Amino acid sequence: MSGESHEAVHRHPAPTSFIRKYIFSLDHKVIGIQYIMLALAAVLVGMTMSVLMRMNLSWPGTNWPILGTLFPGGAPGGAMNPEFYLSLVTMHGTIMVFFVLTTAPQGGFGNYFLPIQIGAEDMAFPVLNMLSFWVTFVGFIVILAAIFFSGSESTVGPIGGWTGYAPLSALGQIAGPGQGMGMNLWIISIAIFCVGSLLGALNFITTLLNMRTRGMSLMRMPLTCWAWFTTAVLALLSFPVLLGGGILLLLDRLAGTSFFIPGGLYVSGILSGTNPNFPVHTGGSPILWQHLFWFFGHPEVYIAILPGMGATSHILATFARKPVFGYRAMVFAIFAIGLLGFFVWGHHMFISGMSPYSAMTFSILTLSIGVPSAVKTFNWLGTLWGGRIRFTTPMLFAIGFVSLFVAGGITGLVLGQTSLDLPMHDTYFVTAHFHLVMGVASIFGMFSATYFWFPKMFGRLMNESLGKFHFWVTFIGVYCIFVPMHTMGIVGMPRRFAQFTEYEYLKTLHPLVVFVSIAAIATVLVQIVFYFNLFWSMFKGKRAGENPWEATTLEWTTSSPPPHDNFAGHLPVVYRGPYEFAVPGAANDFVMQTQPEIAHQPVGQEGTSGNGHDGHRH
Amino acid sequence: MATTVTGTKPITKKGMGPGGRSRFPGGNGGSRKGNGHEGDFSQFEKSANRYRIGMWVGLASILMMFTALTSAYIVRAASSSDWHPIAMPQILLLSTVLIIASSGTLEVARRRLKSAFGGSYNFWLLLTTALGAAFLCSQLLAWRQLVRQGVYVASNPHSSFFYLLTATHGVHLIGGLIALIYLLFRARRAARDEQTLVKRHAVADAVTLYWHFMDGLWIYLFVLLFFWR
Repeated sequence: MSGESHEAVHRHPAPTSFIRKYIFSLDHKVIGIQYIMLALAAVLVGMTMSVLMRMNLSWPGTNWPILGTLFPGGAPGGAMNPEFYLSLVTMHGTIMVFFVLTTAPQGGFGNYFLPIQIGAEDMAFPVLNMLSFWVTFVGFIVILAAIFFSGSESTVGPIGGWTGYAPLSALGQIAGPGQGMGMNLWIISIAIFCVGSLLGALNFITTLLNMRTRGMSLMRMPLTCWAWFTTAVLALLSFPVLLGGGILLLLDRLAGTSFFIPGGLYVSGILSGTNPNFPVHTGGSPILWQHLFWFFGHPEVYIAILPGMGATSHILATFARKPVFGYRAMVFAIFAIGLLGFFVWGHHMFISGMSPYSAMTFSILTLSIGVPSAVKTFNWLGTLWGGRIRFTTPMLFAIGFVSLFVAGGITGLVLGQTSLDLPMHDTYFVTAHFHLVMGVASIFGMFSATYFWFPKMFGRLMNESLGKFHFWVTFIGVYCIFVPMHTMGIVGMPRRFAQFTEYEYLKTLHPLVVFVSIAAIATVLVQIVFYFNLFWSMFKGKRAGENPWEATTLEWTTSSPPPHDNFAGHLPVVYRGPYEFAVPGAANDFVMQTQPEIAHQPVGQEGTSGNGHDGHRH
Repeated sequence: MATTVTGTKPITKKGMGPGGRSRFPGGNGGSRKGNGHEGDFSQFEKSANRYRIGMWVGLASILMMFTALTSAYIVRAASSSDWHPIAMPQILLLSTVLIIASSGTLEVARRRLKSAFGGSYNFWLLLTTALGAAFLCSQLLAWRQLVRQGVYVASNPHSSFFYLLTATHGVHLIGGLIALIYLLFRARRAARDEQTLVKRHAVADAVTLYWHFMDGLWIYLFVLLFFWR
């Protein structure tokens, strides 16, 4: 139970010691920033790995002296060996999916803005909130440990991919370099991460159900809150399954059980049971791991992107100066996507030998996710339609999100069909599909959220010129990276291969591979501009008032940055929905959620003061 | 452009016109600022509800984990011919009796806490803790029986699942024991005011709920291990 006391209900004084204020803080805002910082650190590692992979794919065999110095085992003389490449693939995927796409949108922005947007002073269980961050942080340390102590000189972690497919992931060192201690640390890190996410999800759900301020009915919540709530439900129900699977996998590795390891395996020239390093196993089911993993893995895709959808809806409405088109439909679409997400995991396993009938069921359910996704897309377009659009940086990223979501989602319809998935499976087509929709679109949602909420978090605006430069290069860059990958996939270029020099039919694609790598390196480099803008603006940015974007929701009624208890002891009262822009008869083109009435005011007279919030604080 | 979908309509639709604040249900979440005024009880109640809600949410996640392990159990049992059911230790029947009894005593304790005569609350709480600890000991004895028979975690899939499921349940039960001990310590201090009391009731409710869930979960696992073999 949380140790929160009710003694000081009027004002919660901010802690004064450095450690309680910035390190082991109970304040959801500090914890949110901690999560974002964790993701910003993790994404640097993940991005560096992707650049190394691209370098190896485009210029195979080239000696990069710096690589030879840093990883004498993995890149002897500076030329990468295949195991090193595979471990990069694994760690890039793991770090990006767990420590970037799950932490920043949900743990970071969700933590910071969910309580403020529903008018709460803090999360329901602040101590639990602090724990969930630090548990996640320990998980990150353990995954870094897997890089440095993978048990093999020649890799930077396990080599089995972020999906950790059994039986190779269940066998230990015998399955390849990095599969020994590296794989153990990988599983332990993921298990720790599961626990942290579960604590966070529990807190999010309870906070949203119990801590809403007066008048904040469910249907008056910003769509961001709906997205974070649904994401928390998905995390709550899917992470325990991964945790359970992880425990089984760890037992197979350490306790000699045979949950996932079939009998009679012949690996690395050794038959099961003929070597002390490879004890006898019987009867395990490798497919079982796939089922458990993907039962988590598919909802995880939505855990990554739903917060981005919420932020996009929120930001599109704010800068189109229009209410979200079809608010109710948007809420139901979020829920439908979340719900359907639990019944489609089989589409990752079409070639696992499943019955064609279950494959067809999974296929139909998968394609049906297109319906709520299309509802969302058309509602975004409807929100933009006829709006007086303000092309700020967050708006550009939000529009970019819609573009990437469509571009990446449409290929989901291709891959969701069994007959088309069979040839496409494990080719670059899949890589392109999920990077666009799950990776880049989610990150665009987070870029948008960063530029949008930065003034609230730090009291200063980020630089618009740098932001727009960042947007255009990134936007064009990611299309240059991932559109050609579809072509490669259709030609039949397989994923996860360290190099393609030996394949005659792929030789013609090499210029395209080089092009993609150059685009990737350029896109990565321009992120330096983003990092610079972020940290420079914290100290030197233009001062932002309470409500620089003329937005309507509760976070814009309090100071920037908000005080320790968010609303300085006066919880706001909510009178209306979240997106009342351009209301006829209102003095401003936006009406704050806290503004009690607008209907009786003659047009253009006695305008409620700029922000319209200070008249109502009681 | 000026005509929009939401105008002023939702305000009247929701029945929250000007001055409609009286229509807000008392103690809607978070409005805890009016400390010391009339009608605060319901606000504390609402605020303390977070412990009950949080527990339900947490149980959903624990349930999912055991659902995953159960499906693994069923798939593994069906997937090969190496599944040899172990002889279940008879002491598990004692475990089952103990945990059902502990659920009963905790329920008594919870009701004593809420009734005006809360004096024996501590006693029943202590009894529950003792029964819970006895359950854990009984489970350990069951493990020892198996070890004596030479049945280890890697012996065959049924024994693997037996050890795994009992251990996972046991770890969760240790969490429940820690919560019970926390309640025992809290019970030693007198509740200063209404607010503390309401919170105490909510926390006791949450712990009781957890304990009942652990009870039900054990019965479920018992049935699964005994009959799905």
